[in-house]
Amino acid sequence: MAAKNAKQLGPVETLQAIEEKFEMFQILNEEGEIVNKDADPNLTDEELVELMRRMVYTRILDQRSISLNRQGRLGFYAPTAGQEASQLASHFALEKEDFILPGYRDVPQIIWHGLPLAQAFLFSRGHFAGNQIPENVKVFPPQIIIGAQFIQAAGVALGMQKRGKKTVAVTYTGDGGSSQGDFYEGINFAGAFRSPAIFIVQNNQYAISTPRELQTAAKTIAQKGIAAGLPSILVDGMDPLAVYVATRDARERAVNGEGPTLIETLCYRYGPHTMAGDDPTRYRTSETDSEWEKKDPLVRFRTYLEAKGLWNEEKENEVIEQAKEEIKEAIKIADATPKQKVTDLMEIMYDPNTEMPYNLKEQYELYKEKESK
Amino acid sequence: MAQLTMIQAITDALRTELKNDENVLVFGEDVGNNGGVFRATEGLQKEFGEDRVFDTPLAESGIGGLAVGLSLEGFRPVPEIQFFGFVYEVMDSISGQLARMRFRSGGVYNAPVTIRSPFGGGVHTPEMHADSLEGLVASQPGLKVVIPSSPYDAKGLLISAIRDNDPVIFLEHMKLYRSFREEVPEEEYTIPLGKAAVKREGTDLTIIAYGAMVQESMKAAEELEKENYSVEVIDLRTVQPLDIPTIIASVEKTGRAVVVQEAQKQAGVAANVVAEINERAILSLEAPVLRVFAPDTVFPFSQAETVWLPNSKDIVATAKKVLTF
Ligand SMILES: Cc1ncc(C[n+]2csc(CCOP(=O)(O)OP(=O)(O)O)c2C)c(N)n1
Ligand SMILES: [Mg+2]
Repeated sequence: MAAKNAKQLGPVETLQAIEEKFEMFQILNEEGEIVNKDADPNLTDEELVELMRRMVYTRILDQRSISLNRQGRLGFYAPTAGQEASQLASHFALEKEDFILPGYRDVPQIIWHGLPLAQAFLFSRGHFAGNQIPENVKVFPPQIIIGAQFIQAAGVALGMQKRGKKTVAVTYTGDGGSSQGDFYEGINFAGAFRSPAIFIVQNNQYAISTPRELQTAAKTIAQKGIAAGLPSILVDGMDPLAVYVATRDARERAVNGEGPTLIETLCYRYGPHTMAGDDPTRYRTSETDSEWEKKDPLVRFRTYLEAKGLWNEEKENEVIEQAKEEIKEAIKIADATPKQKVTDLMEIMYDPNTEMPYNLKEQYELYKEKESK
Repeated sequence: MAQLTMIQAITDALRTELKNDENVLVFGEDVGNNGGVFRATEGLQKEFGEDRVFDTPLAESGIGGLAVGLSLEGFRPVPEIQFFGFVYEVMDSISGQLARMRFRSGGVYNAPVTIRSPFGGGVHTPEMHADSLEGLVASQPGLKVVIPSSPYDAKGLLISAIRDNDPVIFLEHMKLYRSFREEVPEEEYTIPLGKAAVKREGTDLTIIAYGAMVQESMKAAEELEKENYSVEVIDLRTVQPLDIPTIIASVEKTGRAVVVQEAQKQAGVAANVVAEINERAILSLEAPVLRVFAPDTVFPFSQAETVWLPNSKDIVATAKKVLTF
């Protein structure tokens, strides 16, 4: 409540006051200089190198995935270049026991959380083995229904809370996803239950062709969290250190029982929306593309690490070679995976310890015979 | 006359109605500048302006609710749901609201809304995009459900749907979008909703199908003709309400019927067609009416899609069972 004599803000001024507060949080600028010393997480040299290694590796994975797709050897693929800091530096702040609910573009995070690369390729190839997450890997298959993961994350977080776990549920969507009802319901539910969730919106400026300005009148997506009572932050999504710190702090609050956080990371996807016929020249200019490329997370982190004597071309090439090698091996595994059969699909419809419904059983026998020919 | 694909015929119908009626509004995700992810609305925003053809924020429930509200304001909304697999997000607007507007208001309000949406398998989309969910909406009183199988029909049916004063769900099979061209008149024409088309006449068996299964049924009929069976093929075109007179007249003539749907056995509308035939023409039947359908699993991951989807071979096999009963 405002003090009796304090000048009360009208509704317009209140909005302005809130929006002005949402400045972009940055630690490492485009030139690779620390501009916010107080916030520097002071990662160890090994940690800095490991984060760089993951970003370089993932950039190569993206390039290889795109070319495999063009050769008709991959299938569904949503490019990730430009989002490495948002994806991998946020993931870098997590623990192995934290549970990730990714969107379709968030495959890198779940790979670094433990999903074997071959399975990521099988997911792309439309094989359910890609979604058979190993038991010790705490992730849900990438969500296709935009926004659904937000309210589900509230559920996972509530479950962790009930079990007294010191872990968090982390979920990702895009600028477009933040328009879905599930987005608002998710942050509101988690807020209402004070659950240990972290909601990350990677604002890469477009939802397919639809520019961010058409999604909402709100100046930032981060400020949407305020309405649900969540600590909320707008972060330079091309700055690995800022993304790391925002996520680390959100995690700390969450495990300390202080509830969920909303993080908006400002970033860009250099590639098309997916490899299925999207043509970005219909909705973006090459000027905008190159403006964002100047902010590239790999470039600035490389500069930063090189200045510290932690990174050089040799190291970079090592990572590139390793990535290429592992991708090749993973593709071999994916190639060797038996083609998916319709009877396989029938077997995963219901609890295998119960009797198949009569209709399915009949169809199962039929397909068994078809497949044996 | 121009040779158009189905997607071009759909754009043509939208353009025709945007021109004819200033209350027609086209909106949805990426339908404006981008012309839709399948390009169904290509060029329309340029031609008619952002006032008439516009992008919405990303929320299907929002798109449905907007259609309800715009109807109340006297508009004739033609929203797009980018893929019908996402229809669950907007089911309350469709079944809970649009389908009941006339009813709930005792006839005072109505919803002249046409929801267009791509559906159906065979084009290797990611998960959850390609389901055949027509049965879901066909089961809801208050809705009409239209599924064209050719460019010519698509134009005439879409114009009728837009002019209809009640909500219509207009489902466009993705595989048909660019699979073939046919002559489509430049001028406007309508094909009445609720009227099936006899695609091929025959005397031994009636095959009833819709959507992409019409072509498979035509292929099957040709196969069967080689074995001297004369097969009639009916394209339902509207799956709710059904064209009972056309179906029953044909079955009374042939005495045998097969109903084909791409949806799973427990989904789709074939069960309803079989029930109608049994109720109305049982004494004309020489054999049980059988169905061709997809297995009762969730729509498959793309790798198994081709095997999972019913095709002309399945239709021939089932037809033979009925023919030799
Ligand atoms: C419920 C739902 N509606 C629509 C789509 C189709 N679709 C896939 S991605 C996308 C845009 C998403 O944009 P954004 O949330 O910004 O994420 P980005 O793709 O940019 O990472 C749309 C509309 C979908 N997958 N699910
Ligand atoms: Mg986006």
